[in-house]
Amino acid sequence: MDFFIQLFTDPVGFYNQHELLIAQIGINAILAISIFVTFYSGQLTLANAGFMAIGAYTTVIMSLYLPTPLPVDMLVGALLAAAIGFLVGLPVLRLRGVFLAIATIGFVEALRLGVILNVPITGEGQGLKNPSADPLGGILPILISVPILTYLVWRLTHTRLGQAWAAIREDELAASSNGINVPAYKMVAFVISALVAGYAGALETHINFFVDPTEYSVTRTIQILTFAVVGGTTNVIGPIVGAVFLTALPEIVRQFAAYRDVVNGIILILVITLTSSDRLAVCTPSMTCPWKSRKAPSSA
Amino acid sequence: MTQQVLNAIFIGSIYALFAVGYTLVFGVLDVLNLAHSAVFMLGAVVTYSLVALHGMPFLPAAVIAILVCGLLGLLIEFVALRPLRRRNAPPISALISTIGLALIFVAIVEQATSGSLFSWLWQDGANSVRFPTGTVPNPTYHVGGLTIEGTKLGILIISVVLMLVLGYVMRFTQVGRALRAVAENRRAATLLGINVDRIFASTLFVSSALGGLAGLLFGLALSDISPYIGRDQVELKGLAVIVLGGMGSIPGAVLGGYLLGLIEVFAFVRFGSNVEAGVAFAALFLVLVLRPQGLFGARLRERL
Repeated sequence: MDFFIQLFTDPVGFYNQHELLIAQIGINAILAISIFVTFYSGQLTLANAGFMAIGAYTTVIMSLYLPTPLPVDMLVGALLAAAIGFLVGLPVLRLRGVFLAIATIGFVEALRLGVILNVPITGEGQGLKNPSADPLGGILPILISVPILTYLVWRLTHTRLGQAWAAIREDELAASSNGINVPAYKMVAFVISALVAGYAGALETHINFFVDPTEYSVTRTIQILTFAVVGGTTNVIGPIVGAVFLTALPEIVRQFAAYRDVVNGIILILVITLTSSDRLAVCTPSMTCPWKSRKAPSSA
Repeated sequence: MTQQVLNAIFIGSIYALFAVGYTLVFGVLDVLNLAHSAVFMLGAVVTYSLVALHGMPFLPAAVIAILVCGLLGLLIEFVALRPLRRRNAPPISALISTIGLALIFVAIVEQATSGSLFSWLWQDGANSVRFPTGTVPNPTYHVGGLTIEGTKLGILIISVVLMLVLGYVMRFTQVGRALRAVAENRRAATLLGINVDRIFASTLFVSSALGGLAGLLFGLALSDISPYIGRDQVELKGLAVIVLGGMGSIPGAVLGGYLLGLIEVFAFVRFGSNVEAGVAFAALFLVLVLRPQGLFGARLRERL
């Protein structure tokens, strides 16, 4: 409870005391935006941790070996993540449902175990020291990025593109028979998701003195997935709320901090079993408004 | 080289045993049970706990652990899967709810130290332990320049026998026929008077018992028992195995398990341990992209 009392009575003191937590919440919010984009187009992809790794490693390696300013490094990191997202998406996006999820998991682990741990420039298993880390200065870019990205993605979901994603999510066959180029729109969603995840990875190097390959495993992706599921994916705010809530939770209930994964697991099961509906899409409006799922089950 | 092939066959049997349970649930329920690896881990942890903390001999401990894992399978069915089926939720939701259970199982073991809530189950937190020496007699045989450890040989025999039994049950018994009917068409099976919910529950029980057995054999043979053996050692490799063999196909999972064992051992011999770790995922990725029905061409309608 002290947590909330301080938040309202002494915001400045709260900020100073919890700077790293706030930065982490911001990063997780951006990751939540990243997974939201693919969710919104009806695809369960779990490659986010891999794209984060690309963004993070590119940024750090460039600041180690090239004289370019940091924002350029980060931009290159995010763009490289998007480019690799495109290449990975070419074969992978032909898959659906569980198979898509498994293939993207395969990508994350093959990248981490096969590439990062084997290429000398990434420091292999040792990780990389990050010369440009600035934990306190790094918070501001994060805090600015969150609302900007939220706004951009929110706008995007209201354009033609967003409507096409929603149509694909609800019924892929109907969407394609209405002239929507399903593979192309799926690819756009996947690449944007990779771009945002790569950017989050690049931003995160700001607040860490060290890039550690174990950070970018499937476990991380599943954490990100939890944000989206718990927050609901009707609109971009849902996953962000999920990210803020789940990142702050161990701080709020300190006595449960050791058992945070137990708490996360229980929340995940409760949310999914109580709100999941009979639709085919990964996520539906009823995920955030459970009362809507009470209609008669479809014949499918 | 022959020694390496022997190792491949041995590690392959554990992969196969683990993957058979994985693929059984996918074939019958159409659900990817991501809590399977946590059950694998608990198979090893419960056996260790009974032997090392409660002074039980190995064999009864192993039997109890396998039964406990079977019951955990029922827990998965009742907590994570049945509520979703009642709501006609898409299979993807079940994937997410089983992730939730896996998080809980791993966190409980990981946080258990002496004096904590779960100290009766586990006291070593995130550390790796091994069975006390002499838990199981492990004679070593030397046959024409080959070294064969007794436990590994035993594991090979147990796995092969169990997989043969499972194959027999699936093909020639009433339960097996009911299972295949449910996998084929849930609604038609219901109309024919098969209790579908009971089939699902028994599938989860058998699958998890096999997973637990695989876990305790892994802990015994590789002397590595920790909260993370499921997640780090077999969860994703198990995925690779069932994808290699064709999702939902039991013979495919068995062959896939041995194939992955061989691929890994040869990658290790040829390129070293770093490449060995990544090769399973490269294989997984390639098979999914080039041949999603699996290497052995299981037709999607005839999976079991």
